[in-house]
Amino acid sequence: MHTISLNGTTESLPAGTTVADLVTATTGRVLLPSGQAADGGRLGVAVARNAAVVPRSQWAATAVEDRDELEIVTAVQGG
Amino acid sequence: MTETLTRNDALVIDGVALNSRLIMGTGGAPSLSGLGAALIASGTELTTVAMRRYSVDEAAGGGTNLFKLLLENNIRILPNTAGCFTAREAVMTAELAREALETDWVKLEVIADEHTLLPDALELAEATEQLVNSGFKVFAYTNDDPVLALRLEQLGAAAVMPLGAPIGTGLGILNPHNIELIVSRASVPVVLDAGIGIASDAALAMELGCDAVLLATAVTRAQNPVVMAEAFKHAVIGGRLAAQGGRIPKRAHALASSAMNGRPDL
Repeated sequence: MHTISLNGTTESLPAGTTVADLVTATTGRVLLPSGQAADGGRLGVAVARNAAVVPRSQWAATAVEDRDELEIVTAVQGG
Repeated sequence: MTETLTRNDALVIDGVALNSRLIMGTGGAPSLSGLGAALIASGTELTTVAMRRYSVDEAAGGGTNLFKLLLENNIRILPNTAGCFTAREAVMTAELAREALETDWVKLEVIADEHTLLPDALELAEATEQLVNSGFKVFAYTNDDPVLALRLEQLGAAAVMPLGAPIGTGLGILNPHNIELIVSRASVPVVLDAGIGIASDAALAMELGCDAVLLATAVTRAQNPVVMAEAFKHAVIGGRLAAQGGRIPKRAHALASSAMNGRPDL
């Protein structure tokens, strides 16, 4: 098991969990291997892992490591 | 006539023509449906959003519902870097926004402190340079400082956005002379951002020569946001037309508009 921080909350995840798995678990949207939403709509989220952007094309290939800090962000009201 | 003028007077930024010169923010709206109605009433074609942790909390917009609302209404999205205090945070936020929302436009806000919410000039310049070098189209939220505005343009900003007054104050345009000076020297679009309280403030910004106005609170926290949004829509059009119409010179003494010759002896 890996212990990670996801949007400020500590979580335990099985080894091998990918960024794509976390995005699906958070948003409820199924992803294609490209990182696009399988429903054809625009996903509207981005992921930072240890303060670096993970491009959506890399989500499926990026396994989460122990003590990773992940942020999944989207557009909210502001400005 | 009015419609003809405004239709042929699009604001072009980065090759994109915006027929409305009213850029809306989305902050401060109590509900997403109310916000949608106000945005539609404003006629805006470009609207800012903030980037925050994904949350299913309805008060925060509810997942990606705000994103969907803007897409459904064909409103172009201008992500901001609100809440960033350093160039590093702002650049990171812009990169996340580009990835999430698929746009390289960014409203760059780098704030000095929470009390004034005024831009930190040094961090702002640093972030502008970095983002321009990374291919972003930077809309730089800046102080009403003609020197800084010009420096941001020289660093490659796509638009400069001087404040009228501090964010959320509704104090209007505190230094119209500086705004005129910024406009007179800029060769990128100038967008009056922040401090707008009422429609005449937006009209004044356009009369001073600004290319567009950005506001949020003045609409979202108005007692009737939809009515206020429509007021701003007309104010921006009116101010733009007034700027093009050529105002009369100011005079110290009265000047009769009715001729005296031919006046009957009574």
